Amino acid sequence: MSFLEVTDLKVHFPVKGGLFGRTVGHIKAVDGVSLSIEKGKTYGLVGESGSGKTTTGRAIIGLNNITSGKITFEGRDITNIRKVSKDIRKDVQMIFQDPYSSLNTKKRVIDIVAEPIRNYEKLTKAEETKRVQELMEQVGLSPESIYKYPHEFSGGQRQRIGIARAIALKPKLIIADEPVSALDVSVQAQVLNFMQDIQKELGLTYLFISHDLGVIKHMCDRIGIMYKGRYVEEGSPADIFNNPQHIYTKRLVAAIPDINPRNRAEHIKFRQEVRSEYEKSYDKYFNSEGLAYMLQPVSESHLVALPEKG
Amino acid sequence: MWKFTVRRIFVMIPQVILLSVIIFILAKMMPGDALSGLIDPNIDPATIEAKREALGLNNPWYVQYWDWIKNAVQGDLGQSFQFKMPVSEIIGQRLTNTFWLALLTLIITYLIAIPLGITSGRFNDTWGDRLITGYTYVGFGMPLFIFALVMLWIFGFKLGWFPSGGSVKPGLDPGSFEYIVSKFKHMLLPALSAALIATVGTVQYLRSEIIDIKQKDFIQTARAKGASESRVYNRHILRNSLLPIAAFFGYEITGLIGGSIFIENIFSYPGIGQLFLGSINIRDYTVVTSCVLLFGIAAILGSLLSDIILSIVDPRIRIK
Amino acid sequence: MSKELLKIENLKTSFRIKDDYYAAVDDVSLTVNKNELLAIVGESGCGKSALAFSIMGLHSRATIEGNILFKGKNIANLPPNDMNKFRGKDMGMIFQDPLTALNPLMIIGDQIGETLLLHNKNLSVNGRKVKVIELLKKVGIPRPEYTYNQFPHQLSGGMRQRVVIAMAIANNPELLIADEPTTALDVTIQSQILDLIKVLKEDSHAGIILITHDLGVVAEMADRVAVMYAGQIVEIADVYTIFENPLHPYTRSLLNSVPNSDETNSRLHVIQGVVPSLQNLPREGCRFSDRIPWVDSSFHEKNPVLHEVSPGHFVRCTCYKHFYFPHESKEEKQNVIS
Repeated sequence: MSFLEVTDLKVHFPVKGGLFGRTVGHIKAVDGVSLSIEKGKTYGLVGESGSGKTTTGRAIIGLNNITSGKITFEGRDITNIRKVSKDIRKDVQMIFQDPYSSLNTKKRVIDIVAEPIRNYEKLTKAEETKRVQELMEQVGLSPESIYKYPHEFSGGQRQRIGIARAIALKPKLIIADEPVSALDVSVQAQVLNFMQDIQKELGLTYLFISHDLGVIKHMCDRIGIMYKGRYVEEGSPADIFNNPQHIYTKRLVAAIPDINPRNRAEHIKFRQEVRSEYEKSYDKYFNSEGLAYMLQPVSESHLVALPEKG
Repeated sequence: MWKFTVRRIFVMIPQVILLSVIIFILAKMMPGDALSGLIDPNIDPATIEAKREALGLNNPWYVQYWDWIKNAVQGDLGQSFQFKMPVSEIIGQRLTNTFWLALLTLIITYLIAIPLGITSGRFNDTWGDRLITGYTYVGFGMPLFIFALVMLWIFGFKLGWFPSGGSVKPGLDPGSFEYIVSKFKHMLLPALSAALIATVGTVQYLRSEIIDIKQKDFIQTARAKGASESRVYNRHILRNSLLPIAAFFGYEITGLIGGSIFIENIFSYPGIGQLFLGSINIRDYTVVTSCVLLFGIAAILGSLLSDIILSIVDPRIRIK
Repeated sequence: MSKELLKIENLKTSFRIKDDYYAAVDDVSLTVNKNELLAIVGESGCGKSALAFSIMGLHSRATIEGNILFKGKNIANLPPNDMNKFRGKDMGMIFQDPLTALNPLMIIGDQIGETLLLHNKNLSVNGRKVKVIELLKKVGIPRPEYTYNQFPHQLSGGMRQRVVIAMAIANNPELLIADEPTTALDVTIQSQILDLIKVLKEDSHAGIILITHDLGVVAEMADRVAVMYAGQIVEIADVYTIFENPLHPYTRSLLNSVPNSDETNSRLHVIQGVVPSLQNLPREGCRFSDRIPWVDSSFHEKNPVLHEVSPGHFVRCTCYKHFYFPHESKEEKQNVIS
């Protein structure tokens, strides 16, 4: 049994229309996603805007209603995570994208970081302060700064505060939704390194959601590529980056700018080839609605959404 | 667009029904009823009881409500015991007066608000802006009835520039030119007093809207195209800032209703507001309930109007 | 006719905060040639956007010192009416966020048409429409006649950015300034927009200033690169030199902090400290020195200037000669340099 197992997850949002605002259809934000994460590993969920990657993460932690499917965590069913016991709920935490807006600016750091502790544990004021100070030290911020407000910190520091809050209850699984997308490269490096450090230290498992393939490649042990609510490909970083099979993955990988200016001409040519291949074989890889097919294994670790043979 | 409008009107129906139920229940809770004002207290209680029965006053409340609403829809709002005539007739006369006063107030409100708001927003943090903002603070702080009294005292009594009561000089021929001029003169001071206070909200709103739009990226885009400052203001900033003002229009009407109660009483202007307060004082409940119903419907229609205007001018709502 | 299109000399753009002026762009000199793409890289707060806005004269409350020579004419501090003859005609600008860069209440056709109208009063209404549709076609909008009448909110992010580009190139400008044109877009859309800019450059031979924080975009697009830190250019060279022989500690740190390594899970380089805010910029000595404290302070210049280390390759301050990453051994590094 895997650590986190998501089976055939569907999240459909109703579309209201007509004279009386009846439900006239559904947006299939997540449409049959299955994934499993091993303990202590980092799973990367990649996709462009509208691919459903964020909705998947939010559905797992209970921020979006699940239409159907099953989620198990350490073998226990957490599909309705808001109804399961607190002990399990506190094991799953989330880090949000924007360190500027995800922290309540009117609260002091101590109140922000202690909020989950107050929800789940009963500590005295002194114990709580001590705990928050420890957490601040753990994320590399000075323990004295707990009485400051979020605007007194830089972007990277704010993201650390967000991480401190997420690890306050010693969770086992962290869902990180674009945790570094709003940060400058050097700050991004800081946060990524730090996330790897605490992963080792606390034995954390990550579901890392991002649109940045460079970051995903750097962080993840296993990668899933999403497009319009469905998986198009899943595999190890080597499978995805060196041997992409689905035309959409190929296009995504080809779109990453090459950091070596000498390869420029070559890279442009390669990208054009991929683009024309994409246009030519679009019908082969997507069904009549423009959606991906079911995943089929092509090797032990590598799954690709290919049309069923025959 | 039409879909939105139709749906919006459908939403309105339960609002109106709810309003009427609340008004009816409140009216029933008040001491006395339609009969108590009409009869001599010395009449035999059995006769009164018979009369009550005949008028349907002993029926359960929902039956009474149904009778009331059925008549109201047909234009019969009952009898006023003060005037001894149908409420609908009394209201009819007053409504026209109130309507013209409200219209003039609205026009003056915008005539003041738009230039002041634009000046204040475009040249923010200059002396002109500070002056205008200062005025708006005074306007916010000043209660309408005190301001109206001061206006009446200065311009009506001391200077005598305006008539200090009524809606028209008696003895003029309705429809004649003098009649219209006299009507206008009677309306001007109350309208001006109301507008000078009511406008400050719109001035502030327009000012902050312009300051906000000024900092939008698309304004830089317009400048980068080589558009002159006046073009940037007229074509891009102003148009976008007036949009919420247009949407605010309907709510402005709601505000006017409240204002009309003070203004009409202070200037003894024979409109709904004056009728309303007068009827409360002598407990003419049929008139009071009818006025409240009318005010409520006007407010609901105002917000409907706002939403429709917004949906027409804003393509983001218009095109779904 | 020289091929020098834009020459900036000792530009200083200062903003007023409370009662003092602070320079966000501090003594920047650079040139852009025709048919050349100059990339300006740096992290947020380094002054790269302030520089772009200074060139376009779009700062309303800033003091600008120094010269901005556009085809030999100084356009720094030009009165708005004179500046408007250049803006949108000889110089076009592409903005970062295509959602907010378009007027939400105006149809696409009118927004692009406005650029044409402002600089060519003789064009008939119909002629303008034909031209706008031509432009929409040129930037790759699939149904230009239809899009002409659409509002911005009806288009996707990539399409909106194409509209912004169409607006910028409407009058065939000789200088195009693109301020983070792909930051708000998805990767596949980004590559399409970058390709479009490349095509436009080949067609028009315009000089382009591309402002970005993404080194991958730089590697793919630039002919020359200027690296900015704290309002100053710290290194400027052709693109190959920047990527193959970067010298300034900031350039090298930036390149090392990008996760693009082939080995997964390696450590990324972290630049110590934070980018100082405008009020706290060190105005004396090497501005980067606080962030490389392990390099002995005697290696920094008192008043760092740009040194030409090889033709066309300039580096600020002498500290680059002694710079090494903390995890490298010092001896090893010095062997490489000497």
